[in-house]
Amino acid sequence: MTAGRAPGRPKPARIPSGDRQTYPSGEGQTPLIRISHLSKGYVRGGQAIPVLLDIELDVMQGEFVALMGPSGSGKSTLLNLIAGIDKPSSGSIEIAGVDIARLGEGALADWRAANVGFIFQFYNLLPVLSAFDNVELPLLLTGLSARERHQRVAQVLNLVGLNDRADHYPNELSGGQQQRVAIARALVTDPALIVADEPTGDLDRTTGEEVLGLLDALVQQLGKTIVMVTHDPKAAARAGRIVHLEKGVLVDEARA
Amino acid sequence: MFLLKLLLKNAFRHKLRTGLTVLGLVVAICAFGLLRTIVDAWYAGVEGSSSTRLVVRSNISLTFPLPLNYAQRLRAVEGVRQVSWSNWFGGVYITERNFFPQFAVDPATYLPLYPEYRIPDAERNAFLRDRQGVLVGRKLADKFGWKVGDPIPLRGTIYPGTWTFTLRGIWDGADAKTDESQLLMHWAFINESIRQRFRGRGDQVGVYIVGIDEPNNAAAVGQRIDKQFANSLAETMTETEAAFQLSFVSMSEAILVAVQAVSLIIVVIIMAVMANTMTMTARERLAEYATLKALGFPPGFVVRLLLGESLLIAAIGGVAGLLLTWPLAAAFRSAAGTLFPIFQVSTLTMALQLVAALVVGLVAAAWPAWRMGRIDIVNGLRHVG
Amino acid sequence: MAYIARNLWVRRVTTLLTAGGMALVVYVFATVLMMSEGIRSTLVATGQPDNVMVLRQGAGAEINSAIERGQAAVLSTLPGIATDALGRPLLSAEPVVLINLPKRSNGKPSNVTVRGTSDIGLQLRPGVRIVEGRMFRPGTSEIVVGRSTADGFAGVDVGASLRFAGRDWLIVGRYDSGRSGFDSEIWGDAEQMAQAFRRAVFSIVVFRLADSSLFDSVKDRIDADPRLKLEAKPEIRFYAEQSEALATFINILGLSLAVIFSIGAVVGAMITMFAAVAQRTGEIGTLRALGFRRGAVLAAFLVESLLLSAIGGVLGLAAASAMQAVDVSTTNFQTFAELAFRFVLTPTIAGQALAFALAMGVVGGFIPAWRAARLQIVDCLRAA
Repeated sequence: MTAGRAPGRPKPARIPSGDRQTYPSGEGQTPLIRISHLSKGYVRGGQAIPVLLDIELDVMQGEFVALMGPSGSGKSTLLNLIAGIDKPSSGSIEIAGVDIARLGEGALADWRAANVGFIFQFYNLLPVLSAFDNVELPLLLTGLSARERHQRVAQVLNLVGLNDRADHYPNELSGGQQQRVAIARALVTDPALIVADEPTGDLDRTTGEEVLGLLDALVQQLGKTIVMVTHDPKAAARAGRIVHLEKGVLVDEARA
Repeated sequence: MFLLKLLLKNAFRHKLRTGLTVLGLVVAICAFGLLRTIVDAWYAGVEGSSSTRLVVRSNISLTFPLPLNYAQRLRAVEGVRQVSWSNWFGGVYITERNFFPQFAVDPATYLPLYPEYRIPDAERNAFLRDRQGVLVGRKLADKFGWKVGDPIPLRGTIYPGTWTFTLRGIWDGADAKTDESQLLMHWAFINESIRQRFRGRGDQVGVYIVGIDEPNNAAAVGQRIDKQFANSLAETMTETEAAFQLSFVSMSEAILVAVQAVSLIIVVIIMAVMANTMTMTARERLAEYATLKALGFPPGFVVRLLLGESLLIAAIGGVAGLLLTWPLAAAFRSAAGTLFPIFQVSTLTMALQLVAALVVGLVAAAWPAWRMGRIDIVNGLRHVG
Repeated sequence: MAYIARNLWVRRVTTLLTAGGMALVVYVFATVLMMSEGIRSTLVATGQPDNVMVLRQGAGAEINSAIERGQAAVLSTLPGIATDALGRPLLSAEPVVLINLPKRSNGKPSNVTVRGTSDIGLQLRPGVRIVEGRMFRPGTSEIVVGRSTADGFAGVDVGASLRFAGRDWLIVGRYDSGRSGFDSEIWGDAEQMAQAFRRAVFSIVVFRLADSSLFDSVKDRIDADPRLKLEAKPEIRFYAEQSEALATFINILGLSLAVIFSIGAVVGAMITMFAAVAQRTGEIGTLRALGFRRGAVLAAFLVESLLLSAIGGVLGLAAASAMQAVDVSTTNFQTFAELAFRFVLTPTIAGQALAFALAMGVVGGFIPAWRAARLQIVDCLRAA
């Protein structure tokens, strides 16, 4: 299982050698994510608007965590901070021992490339690229040869069950299929952490179920750690742990 | 290469917009090339000059004549190899629109000074023998469809009356720079007629053309000539043929400066259009750029994407515009006819056309690319669609 | 209308770039028209309504013409010529030549018109006033220079001396002729000039008619006289013809350029409008669903395009009108001499420039507006 790498050139990630491997998770290990005294606020029109207040949160390797809360609760902001696409006002976010809150923008980009996989509500695929090319995109940031890249892409597409649609363009795929391409893309660099922002928000019930099932498999079989923001309780139920946020403060936790 | 594939696909994502931008580029680059060629054509006379020919004129202005008896004294000046003379005839062929230069020259001494006029011996001799004969350049003959033996009437403005000449020969220029749109007649013929009709006038020369041995001696010989005739009734001013031609160009300098300025303006216009296109493109793809940054691509990658796309479009438009310049220049050349005797698209112009296209591509994308490189990922992702 | 204006404001950068491109085109267009108008008005101002110019038949310009003393004498006896306060015929026989002087701007020599005239010649051109120094005294080597000549050429100030035709000529005054062609000339005593240039003949004869209706009869007499192979023309028409070639050349060159440029600007406008339509597909669908007709959508986008081009047109015109402060001089092909003129903005030119801008707006905006109007409501709403 690859751990997060220190800032620098991202090294090629190791593909897990088999599909079915379980990884130990739980007590006794250091958490993959350790958040301490995390706060985030904006200044708008001269007024300071707090979004997150002094958050403390630990996430273990192999956990499937759902962030829930009403709109304006700060759950998306928390997700963005964990993913390294936003910077906190104060506090620290240690992921695999690295405090990403301290990294500069360039180092943060490199860190993201190696350590995080993204799944967005609206898939965010590049419309001019085929499914295959979209999945290949993150590998361009590694030092792999074209052949190695293509091998990997084929593997993850297989994982999500879209080999036969590899050369289709996003506008030729259904919503569910596009999201699966996005999941494949999130997997292709073999990151330890996967971050999902309302992954089923734009999908119907059945397709949403399929996607959630896939995410579950990633945790159970590949040992990935997933942090997911959702407002759908049924989706949250799939996670092993639900964290509630209200007005920027952690109010509740539930374990499935 | 993946990057190139991405650039191409992005560039033609919006076929109509890209197509229109390329069209604009083609028009601009082509116009730029044509305008530069027009300016070059204006200087063509200078290009066609010989470094062994000097022009001697009255130092009051070109409109004052010099006496015929200067010829002898000029021949005696050290460094002078050959002396001939030429009068601007300024006649009208049918209508003023058919303007072309006409010179009354002394053929026996003039033609040897212009070896770049290639004339078959038979025609040359026919011209030398017939005092009412004229010699014309190939371009001029083609324009009016003249053939050897045709009568050519000219209405005089400086030398009044209607004069009829016979075409005795047509010269071909030795290279592309040689003027082929002139008409040469016998000075003696004109002079005799003037002396008969207007007592006291005659035996006057417009300019002397002086051939020298060594181009390096041009300045020295020129000074010697002017010194000879200083403090006389008709003081002279001698300069190299190139300088003489250049003085004509500089008379229209205001127009030339304007044309050059305009050729730059058109590049600026297309730069604005292209900047517009790239700004719109960038704005539409905000979410994609944010996604790429989220995935870990450095800001420089996004900048390169935008710049690369812009340069690609600019290159396509630039090359197409360049290729279009040639047929258009050819069309212009035949339409302008004798107005611009030499009309060639120079290699420098072509190089500048490509450079202009590239500069447009770079500058147009500069600001959007810089902005896109710096977008906040979170905000960018929010702009879906 | 406010809706349209706000739309343009929201996409400021795009609006500015597109309008800017159009402004440049309108600037070139207007400047060219102003230039040829400037040339025309300069030369027209040179002519007086009752004056008649006489040149040798077939001579297109003053310097090509030659009138012998005998012929000038015959002309002065013609009936119909006005007389001055002292009873002398208002007729001036003038030698006109070109000399070379170095221009102040680049030091390169250009041809300047030198005219030999007299106090009668001055009376024939009432628009000419001495603004510095005094008029030259007859029978001397004194000269006066026109305003533009003094400005445009080096060493041509009152008190300085010019050397040409083997003599030194003292500049004793500077005159202003109200922006006519005479501003680009140098005047001296006719007889002195004739002597210095060893011209036995005059170039032109100019006289004033006692009554403008007499022109035809005077012209007929001149034509009928076999001793006079001369041609008489009203002065105004003569000078108007002098500007024709240059003005026509500038017009053709400039307008072809403006047309080429306009293609570039129209392309820019089209791109902008297509994008505007694409961006607002949702709005279009909503408006149509609410009951607005296709024609209204077409009109709205067309008006937006026109507003864009109107902005560009006004900007370009403003820039062009700033050119009125600039003095230009170049060699007039026909006279072979230096002519100074200005850029003149007339209401007609302003109107033409704006019309041109609006035309660009229509051409650029029409197809996108047409496409917008033809969208199906359902498609619009789905795409939103």
